[in-house]
Amino acid sequence: MTPGEIRTAVLDILEGIAQDDDLGQLDDSVAFREQLELDSMDFLDIVMELRKRYRVQIPEEDYPKLESMGSTVEYLTPLMADISA
Amino acid sequence: MYDTIIIGAGMSGLAAGIRLAYYDQKVCILERHTTIGGLNSFYRLNGRDYDVGLHAVTNFTPKGTKKGPLARLLRQLRFKWDDFSLSEQVESSIAFPGVNLKFSNEMDLLRSEIASCFPDQVDPFERLLGKIVEYDDLNQEIYEQSTREVLDEIFTEPLLVEMLLCPLMWYGNAREDDMDFGQFCIMFRSIFLEGFARPFKGVRLILKNLVRRFRSLGGELLLRKGVSQIKLDEGRAVGVVLDNGDEIEGRNILSSVGRVETDRLCLGSGASQVAKAGQLSFVETISILDRQPRDLGHEQTIVFYNDSNKFHWRRPVDEMCDVRTGVICSPNNFRYSPDDGDLADGVIRITALADYHRWGNLDEDDYRLAKIKWSDQVTAAAIKFMPDYRRFVIDSDMFTPNTIRRFTWHDNGAVYGAPEKILDGSTDWQNLYLCGTDQGYVGIVGSIMSGLTIANRYCLAP
Ligand SMILES: Cc1cc2nc3c(=O)[nH]c(=O)nc-3n(C[C@H](O)[C@H](O)[C@H](O)COP(=O)(O)OP(=O)(O)OC[C@H]3O[C@@H](n4cnc5c(N)ncnc54)[C@H](O)[C@@H]3O)c2cc1C
Repeated sequence: MTPGEIRTAVLDILEGIAQDDDLGQLDDSVAFREQLELDSMDFLDIVMELRKRYRVQIPEEDYPKLESMGSTVEYLTPLMADISA
Repeated sequence: MYDTIIIGAGMSGLAAGIRLAYYDQKVCILERHTTIGGLNSFYRLNGRDYDVGLHAVTNFTPKGTKKGPLARLLRQLRFKWDDFSLSEQVESSIAFPGVNLKFSNEMDLLRSEIASCFPDQVDPFERLLGKIVEYDDLNQEIYEQSTREVLDEIFTEPLLVEMLLCPLMWYGNAREDDMDFGQFCIMFRSIFLEGFARPFKGVRLILKNLVRRFRSLGGELLLRKGVSQIKLDEGRAVGVVLDNGDEIEGRNILSSVGRVETDRLCLGSGASQVAKAGQLSFVETISILDRQPRDLGHEQTIVFYNDSNKFHWRRPVDEMCDVRTGVICSPNNFRYSPDDGDLADGVIRITALADYHRWGNLDEDDYRLAKIKWSDQVTAAAIKFMPDYRRFVIDSDMFTPNTIRRFTWHDNGAVYGAPEKILDGSTDWQNLYLCGTDQGYVGIVGSIMSGLTIANRYCLAP
């Protein structure tokens, strides 16, 4: 997957979690926590959704890398390079 | 072999089930009753639907709110806010002799009521609010502090203390006389800082959504399949035995049936400690009126009343019921959308404290008579706090501690379970965890949160 495709995939996961939010205005450089007020339970969800949908395993020490859309895509790009969209 | 077996198809079991099935676990919910919902179920009588439980969904926050339990559980369950179609309450009150404190989903109403009835308690009330906002759950030690001690230090007006305790104890206190401070904070937020709402179609709408989602994710729900034993192997739970003798194996077991009840499933009836179980049970008289309650001048959603300056929260000792305090609820008095209009029938429900032991020991005829007698007495006590509606009643029923027992199997028909809560859901056995009432979160939103929290923590954590 390309970084663009990964971004779409993450957006899709976020849309599933926060169904009432409009994510069209999401700023890739601002933390999810601030923009969407996601809490630690929700972060666990992003991790588990990635595992469920793409079989990507994210070790706990890497959770901070999922802070914003920008950092998440950057972190996932090498991990998901071989997955077809 | 299941990944997780869940005992009980109440709110907490269904919520945990959805969460686990969503992440591809093989999950089975076992329910002894013929229907789902547990304490929050419904039944039909004379062609009408009656709710057991649900007066109001607590923790109401408006669409778009991102914080708080309601928003959190919607995200966790992947529901939209509109799926629960909640309509807000009109207004509620705490009614003591000569003093009435109104409150609504806007905190400022209660604030201004306190300012006018108890002017010198305004600052203490703000201090209490500060403490409640600060309070962080899941610390067992702070959780168990005595609420009465905390409040007595803050307030100089004992009547206000009683009045604040009354609704919060009614809607979620398993302990007699006093309340764990943690529970107090949770209930205060859910009732005064967030608020009341109800789906036009009642609790069945929420239950239908939960069960449909669980099944669509591949979860199995087995009704009339009570669990009679939890199988143990070297300190670990490994499966269950059903009432019909069948055995089912599971890697993890979540029990929503209560802590004393769960211990008994593990150790057999010899180990039963009914004394540790909760003591507080209810009767509720439900009257169907030939008109809407507002047409007889009753517009409030819920009234928590008490007939003296001291609020007594105990199992009645001399009588089958204690009618000194009660809750008047009218499901009509919510702000339903114009499309829905009014509920077809006017309904007044009145809840009072009841003694499970006295109700449980009656034969059938005496039970029927007791229902009539106490229905009259409870109503007579309540109409001191609302217009007399007795002439307009066209049908009625009463549920009792026996009903609660039948819907939940809780020892003593205890509505809020055992007084001692196990906040981390752990038991003496590995792979066996408590969710629901005895984990500490009560109410509809609370028990759903409980199911989610425990499922996440023990059955899903990577
Ligand atoms: C009169 C009344 C009014 C209430 N009003 C409100 C309200 O207005 N708002 C609110 O939020 N909350 C209200 N509640 C509280 C709320 O209903 C409960 O807190 C909540 O439903 C508890 O859910 P639970 O899943 O923890 O437990 P339960 O609902 O007790 O579920 C446990 C389930 O386990 C099943 N079970 C038990 N033993 C076994 C066994 N051995 N094998 C298989 N299955 C078993 C039971 O049949 C039951 O279905 C009210 C309760 C009552 C009684």
